[in-house]
Amino acid sequence: MSSVVEVQNLAAGYDGREILRDVSLKVTAGDVVAVLGANGSGKSTLIRTILGLVPTLRGGIELFGTPQRRFRQWERIGYVPQRLGAGSGVPATVGEVVASGRLARRGVFRFPAKADKAAVREALTAVGLLDRIDDPVATLSGGQQQRTLIARALAGKPDLLVLDEPNAGVDAASQEAFAGALTRFAGDGGTILLVLHELGPLRPLIGRAVVVHDGRIAHEGTPPEPAGHHAEPDHEHLHPHAEEIKPAICEWAPTEQTKAY
Amino acid sequence: MELLAIPFMQRALVAALIIGLAAPALGIYLVQRRLSLIGDGIGHVALTGVGVGLLTNTSPVLTAVLVSIVGAVGVELIRERGRTSGDLALALLFYGGIAGGVLLVGLSDDSSTSLMQYLFGSLLTTSAEDLWVIGGLGAAVVAAMLVFRPALFALCNDEEYAKVSGLPVRTLNILLAVTTALTVTIAMRTVGLLLVSALMVVPVAAAQQVTRGFRSTMTLAMLIGVGAAGAGVLVSAEADTAPGATTVLLALAIFVGTAVGGSTVRRLRRRRGDSPVTSEPPDVVLHA
Ligand SMILES: Nc1ncnc2c1ncn2[C@@H]1O[C@H](COP(=O)(O)OP(=O)(O)OP(=O)(O)O)[C@@H](O)[C@H]1O
Ligand SMILES: [Mg+2]
Repeated sequence: MSSVVEVQNLAAGYDGREILRDVSLKVTAGDVVAVLGANGSGKSTLIRTILGLVPTLRGGIELFGTPQRRFRQWERIGYVPQRLGAGSGVPATVGEVVASGRLARRGVFRFPAKADKAAVREALTAVGLLDRIDDPVATLSGGQQQRTLIARALAGKPDLLVLDEPNAGVDAASQEAFAGALTRFAGDGGTILLVLHELGPLRPLIGRAVVVHDGRIAHEGTPPEPAGHHAEPDHEHLHPHAEEIKPAICEWAPTEQTKAY
Repeated sequence: MELLAIPFMQRALVAALIIGLAAPALGIYLVQRRLSLIGDGIGHVALTGVGVGLLTNTSPVLTAVLVSIVGAVGVELIRERGRTSGDLALALLFYGGIAGGVLLVGLSDDSSTSLMQYLFGSLLTTSAEDLWVIGGLGAAVVAAMLVFRPALFALCNDEEYAKVSGLPVRTLNILLAVTTALTVTIAMRTVGLLLVSALMVVPVAAAQQVTRGFRSTMTLAMLIGVGAAGAGVLVSAEADTAPGATTVLLALAIFVGTAVGGSTVRRLRRRRGDSPVTSEPPDVVLHA
């Protein structure tokens, strides 16, 4: 299996303050890996360091077998940030934002061609937002904006999807639709690395879970079956209930199946 | 319009039209980034450049271009580091630039008239040579802003995403900084340094009251810019007012018009009940 992401003894942080310490992680082609952990544990920092957005202090990162510094095939990676940046001062349509996802493939100098427009429509179909293609992004709900960002990542037809809490603020039906889109992506041989708070409808898809705690990888292994109430065979997260209001990491307390480091 | 038969009026009009087109083409990216006031900061720095030119007897436009490029790239580097807040960096620029400019211009021989020219514009003194410079630089600015629109849009919309897309983020940022400096210096002839930023920002603000996308906003902003600049020259000649201030006031009038028009259209649409926002089918079923 060829390596897609390989992180070795990584230390990284902001302004010299170390957030991640001695993190090692390997993702091979076709893997679906979930990164879990409490707020502030360093999940976003981990994937942002992998993508080169946070400076590495020590250790090595390889993307598709190339050291990250020399990596140039960015069209192979689709990134969904945790939230949209500072927010735009000028209106932009959903289609225009999603079209940004084609730039890695097309380059700076070429104008959008038929294939680019088709890919944008296809990606918007996958997240169920095709009918909003000409609407200003600002008029969409938070969950719909999140789906716009997912479509932007899908539009580039990447080999690796890196998603930071793509389900935050997305309702159950959209999560199902999104799980369908990811399942198709993985079925076509795509690799997925995603930060999650709750597995929800994505659970069957996740091959491996990595729990980040205080900047280190605390546990790694196959996702354990949900404990207690959640373990009922036909339990589905269709209705909210009080038990879920607890730190997500509780659901991921180590069990026999998760190997502790 | 017999005024248009006069050569200096023709030159003034052409120069104004070029700047009216170029300033919003660049300004839209600054507004998108919420850096609407950066043009003003660079304008103040350009004044220092003018002072250097007057003092050393070289072309003030040339020295203004050079000094404001240095200033703009400097601001970009500060912004990139994220050390100083954008707001504070701008304040430092404003005061340093204007103080340096006033000081240097004061040291030169023909001080007060030239200071006024650069602060408030002197469109009617545009020479044929000036026109070539304005035309060349203006065309370069417009071309760069249109050709790189997808990349610049992605950059100003979400810089981190642009980085992960492998875009040359640093180069594009410098391109924007240099273009800002060029636009400021060519526009200082028409509206003056104190009002340069208005030509970059007001047409964009006016356009976005009635548009839904980036592309349509850019097109309309450029049209508004050209319209306001052209009308500004003609009206100011008839009414004997300052062309720069007239142009900016016309652009602001268009803004008021589109703002009122846009909100009226939206209100009518809502009242007719054909709001384009359709909600998705309910997916939450409450269990009793
Ligand atoms: N841009 C930044 N500059 C400085 N410190 C930061 C920055 N971003 C995050 N941090 C710090 O890094 C630590 C880890 O943050 P990170 O965003 O990686 O957490 P997370 O696990 O993604 O949390 P969440 O679940 O809330 O998204 C936190 O202590 C945070 O304060
Ligand atoms: Mg996070």
